[in-house]
Amino acid sequence: MAEATESRADAQQQSGAVQDLALGQLGAKKPRTLWRDALRQYKRHRLAVAGTFVLLGLILAVVLGPFIWTKGTGNIDFANGLNSPSASHPFGTDDLGRDLFARVLSGGRISIAVGIVAVIISMTIGTMIGAVSGFFGGFVDSSLMRFVDMMLSLPTLPLLLLVIYLFRDSMRDRFGLEVGMFILIVGIIGALSWMPVARLVRASFLSIKEKEFIEAAYCIGATRSSIIFKHILPNALGPVIVAATLGVGTAIITESSLSFLGLGFPPDVPTWGRLLFDNKDWMELAWWMVVFPGMAIFLAVLSINYVGDGLRDALDPHRTTS
Amino acid sequence: MGRYLIRRGLSAIPTLFVISLIIFSILALAPGDPLSDLALNPQVPPEVQQKIREDLGLEDPIPVRYGKWLTSSTLGQFGLFGYEPLTSFRTRAPVMDQVKERLPRTLWISGTAVLLGILVAIPVGVLSAVKQYSIFDQVATTLTFFGFSIPTFFTGLLLILLFSIKLGWLPFIYRSTLEQDKWSFDWIVAMLKQSIMPIAVLGLFQGATLTRYVRASMLENLHLDYVRTARAKGLAESKVVRRHVLRNALIPVVTIIALQLPGVITGAVITEQIFRVPGLGRLLIDSIINNDTPVVMTLAFLFSILVVIFNLIADIIYGWLDPRIKYS
Repeated sequence: MAEATESRADAQQQSGAVQDLALGQLGAKKPRTLWRDALRQYKRHRLAVAGTFVLLGLILAVVLGPFIWTKGTGNIDFANGLNSPSASHPFGTDDLGRDLFARVLSGGRISIAVGIVAVIISMTIGTMIGAVSGFFGGFVDSSLMRFVDMMLSLPTLPLLLLVIYLFRDSMRDRFGLEVGMFILIVGIIGALSWMPVARLVRASFLSIKEKEFIEAAYCIGATRSSIIFKHILPNALGPVIVAATLGVGTAIITESSLSFLGLGFPPDVPTWGRLLFDNKDWMELAWWMVVFPGMAIFLAVLSINYVGDGLRDALDPHRTTS
Repeated sequence: MGRYLIRRGLSAIPTLFVISLIIFSILALAPGDPLSDLALNPQVPPEVQQKIREDLGLEDPIPVRYGKWLTSSTLGQFGLFGYEPLTSFRTRAPVMDQVKERLPRTLWISGTAVLLGILVAIPVGVLSAVKQYSIFDQVATTLTFFGFSIPTFFTGLLLILLFSIKLGWLPFIYRSTLEQDKWSFDWIVAMLKQSIMPIAVLGLFQGATLTRYVRASMLENLHLDYVRTARAKGLAESKVVRRHVLRNALIPVVTIIALQLPGVITGAVITEQIFRVPGLGRLLIDSIINNDTPVVMTLAFLFSILVVIFNLIADIIYGWLDPRIKYS
């Protein structure tokens, strides 16, 4: 049924196109582009669309929430300690009577920011190394790929813990408590997660640089840099976008894990992982103290993963059915 | 094949060397000082502090320190060629003793978890692929998506909340010293009771990731020509799936399992922290917090060696199982 209406719509479009042609208005109709096709494909993945809305909702909530919900994250109120969720405290209060909803909102800002910035770093490094390796080939390629292999055999979690513990104090002294930790965590996650991206980009570059249109670009005298950045890179971006989306989720989990081990942000910075670490000892008395921050992480990561899944389907030209 | 094995094995040596260099330089560049507590102690005069530093080898030039560390953390750990084994700053005992004491616990938890993951992933993944788009498939796919989106520390806390606090069935602290006699019936029951949750947390997460691979690999194989041939010659569908498709579909899965194993062991760092299992992961965290450099270095190096070895194993298994891959 749906197919039938669709094909009718197609037929109408075609007859419309004929009319446009007759009126000499071909330019008035929007052309089908790669990105428009991708969007169409993406809209068909219902869970991905749902994930997009949940994710946008979460981001809006953590960005705007603290302006609207003005309870404050540090207001200690012993009289109202360990209150279960109610209208005035939707997520309840913690042992010191602080409003958990406000803390989850402001913690989300940092957790999501860590995810995004870490991914920007790892994508930049990965794309650069992959592009250089795939484009130039030869000795550069083999030595860079050796380096990638080596980085991949480093044990991520122990190394993360090691670097953070060792450099925590000096970063704190140099950039302040919160910013220093942010730079350290984001930097180390970025530095330890770019390798798969480099491999993806390299593989794309290797296959794209042999295509005819690149040869054509050389023939019209395009410079090397314009071939890399204008001709090859945009065509290699599909898998990078997917990897970046999924990477945000992984980075959020990594940051939360570090904070959960007590080796992430300091106690007065309530990231989602830190909230779990601080609240887990009160779990017996107050389930809401762990369930809400945990659900926030889960919801964010789940929606990001669905968005990534949808993007993977949408951006892979081989899977496009129409 | 034999020559490939040797070459592949040899190529792991420079990798290990560079890894050891990276780990060492991170520590050498780090501003932390294992004796910072001592420096603050007014009862220890500066000369004695200096003497201790020299005895511990902290005043040697960096290349010498690296050489000493490398030999004592490889040959020395086993007391070979008269090298002194690396000792912990805190307990003064050889690091390897601590590792040996804790390794069985970590292996027990993460090994059973991997087994649980495989036992869940293969049937679910296969059924899901064979009945693609059925309700079972949809439920399974959704659950696996949930499974690897939920961080292990949150699953752990939820399980504790449900089974220890609400229902009171299981203990949420892992105790290495149970009162019961070892290997008696009560001991086994108590051991299982305290291990179920950590194993479940790690195993289900592992199972969720694996199920996706099994399903994808099965789907890829189900539509190949050899499957049509098997059906055309009149084989029963169950036989086609089990004898033909599954065998081929499992080749990449086996490789992925081998590649994931070191990750499971490092993933145990978090699980061990939640359930307070005194394993290698907790040893790592405790030593980091106590600035116990030799233990941290040994563990980091040990985890790297595991990764390198399992990469090697994955490569070899892949070639062994899949005759299409030729090594030249």
